[in-house]
Amino acid sequence: MAAGFPSPADDHLEGQLDLHQLMVKRPAATFFCRADGDSMTGAGIQNGDLLVVDRSVQPHDGDVVVATLDGGLTVKQMRKTACGWELASANPDEGVQIWGVVTFSVSALAKR
Amino acid sequence: MARYALVDCNNCYVSCERVFNPALDGKPVVILSNNDGCAVARSNEAKALGVPMGEPAFKLRHLVEREGLIMLSSNYALYGDMSARVMSVLATFSPGIEVYSIDEAFLDLDGMEVPDLTAWCHEVRATVRRWTGIPVSVGVGSTKTLAKLANRLAKKSKKADGALDLTTDPRWLEPALKQTPVADIWGIGRQFASHCGLAGIQSAYQLTQASDAWIRKTMGAVGLRTVMELRGISVHTLDSAPSDKQTTCCSRSFGQAVTDIDQVRDAVTSFASRAAEKIRGQGLVAGALQVFAYTDRFRKDQPQYALNATLRLAPATSSTPAIIASALRGLESSWRDGYGYKKAGVILLDLVRPEDIPRDLFSPAIEDNGRPAALMVAMDAVNARMGKGAVGFGLAAEDAPWRMQCGNRSPSWTTSWDDIPTAKA
Repeated sequence: MAAGFPSPADDHLEGQLDLHQLMVKRPAATFFCRADGDSMTGAGIQNGDLLVVDRSVQPHDGDVVVATLDGGLTVKQMRKTACGWELASANPDEGVQIWGVVTFSVSALAKR
Repeated sequence: MARYALVDCNNCYVSCERVFNPALDGKPVVILSNNDGCAVARSNEAKALGVPMGEPAFKLRHLVEREGLIMLSSNYALYGDMSARVMSVLATFSPGIEVYSIDEAFLDLDGMEVPDLTAWCHEVRATVRRWTGIPVSVGVGSTKTLAKLANRLAKKSKKADGALDLTTDPRWLEPALKQTPVADIWGIGRQFASHCGLAGIQSAYQLTQASDAWIRKTMGAVGLRTVMELRGISVHTLDSAPSDKQTTCCSRSFGQAVTDIDQVRDAVTSFASRAAEKIRGQGLVAGALQVFAYTDRFRKDQPQYALNATLRLAPATSSTPAIIASALRGLESSWRDGYGYKKAGVILLDLVRPEDIPRDLFSPAIEDNGRPAALMVAMDAVNARMGKGAVGFGLAAEDAPWRMQCGNRSPSWTTSWDDIPTAKA
């Protein structure tokens, strides 16, 4: 039991801003990946960016997703077509599966 | 009626690897024990190749060449993290959850309004799969033992598709019990299963029909509790009896045969510390300790010796220095020079809660009422924060031969920034 007068400021404690709290809504379902390549610069993802991937998010048309392709992970943009989902610039025969939705991409600008 | 769900991860360690390495999908994969010694987890494809649990790695080499078997070192940092994720998803489905092991948990469904339990089971499966990538199976029963039994059948049956509820339709219970061999019942040891075999009891169903007197005589009060559970009478509640393990073991194979007692002493010191920490975490004290070391049983050309000493710990304790001292005394008393030791370990036996120890006027006092001393509490806290082995007694050399071999370990995809997976862009 703490003794003495309670601080009047205690009710207003806000703590520090925490990026993790902002970017990781569901920790159990959130994973981090590193983008490798330049094919997604149009969607704002640079080579080497840190991707925050939330697997619990339902993918929508236009979302950037991580998918499994050729036994590895790949970043693609989702497109809705007449016959279902399609990943931009991916061959539909390759057995692509959505792994998770990219919710944030973190770019290091001053790399030092 | 009470209802429990048992959820467990299918081929847990292999499934964890596959989430980040989809190239392993559909391939036969085994995960090797701490020292790359033997198979501790197998994919269904590896099971289909006939790889038995515990098979030494060197006996599997031919399958690597002939069948494309993939052998991976165990990556406990990954499995621990993925397990915590699965458990936290499960915790969203029921307020009552008991994490039973790294890959299974019981959920208490008592008081929950679930109109269609089978649909609920499939929702649990789909959610865990989507959020974490880990496939799980769900079994529901009116007791924990029946939930465990339902889970086993859920995995085996194609029709069940990973989810089986034995509570909604009472007609399913009898065939389920008939399909379960005695040896596969939760908490039934091999010895009792063979007793049953001799008595002509093959299935769980036949066991439920046996007389209480016979069950009590052959397998004691613990066995009778198991049979009551099979009959639908709930004995084990959440976090009750069976999770209190009777023994705890810390052991490891050496990367190479060790002949020097000082090296074995270091290893035993480390195993004893770890085991003591484990039981302190469970709030238990040990009444006895076994220390063992043995030579390579596969090297028939070399002299064989199994060192083994069991010592009583009086008073029962969970204190690291007391356990180390006893373990070393046991080692030194049974040590023989001239052998190449391949594996050593420390087993803490006779684990009890300090308050359950029968005491009389002449019993030695249990230190500090059985609570771990302040030093132990501080040590566990430092090790929890700074990583295992940050502080300890007589720390062993980094390059000791019994340290983990991990020739083919996957990166720490979820626990180290340097190791996060890359996604091709």
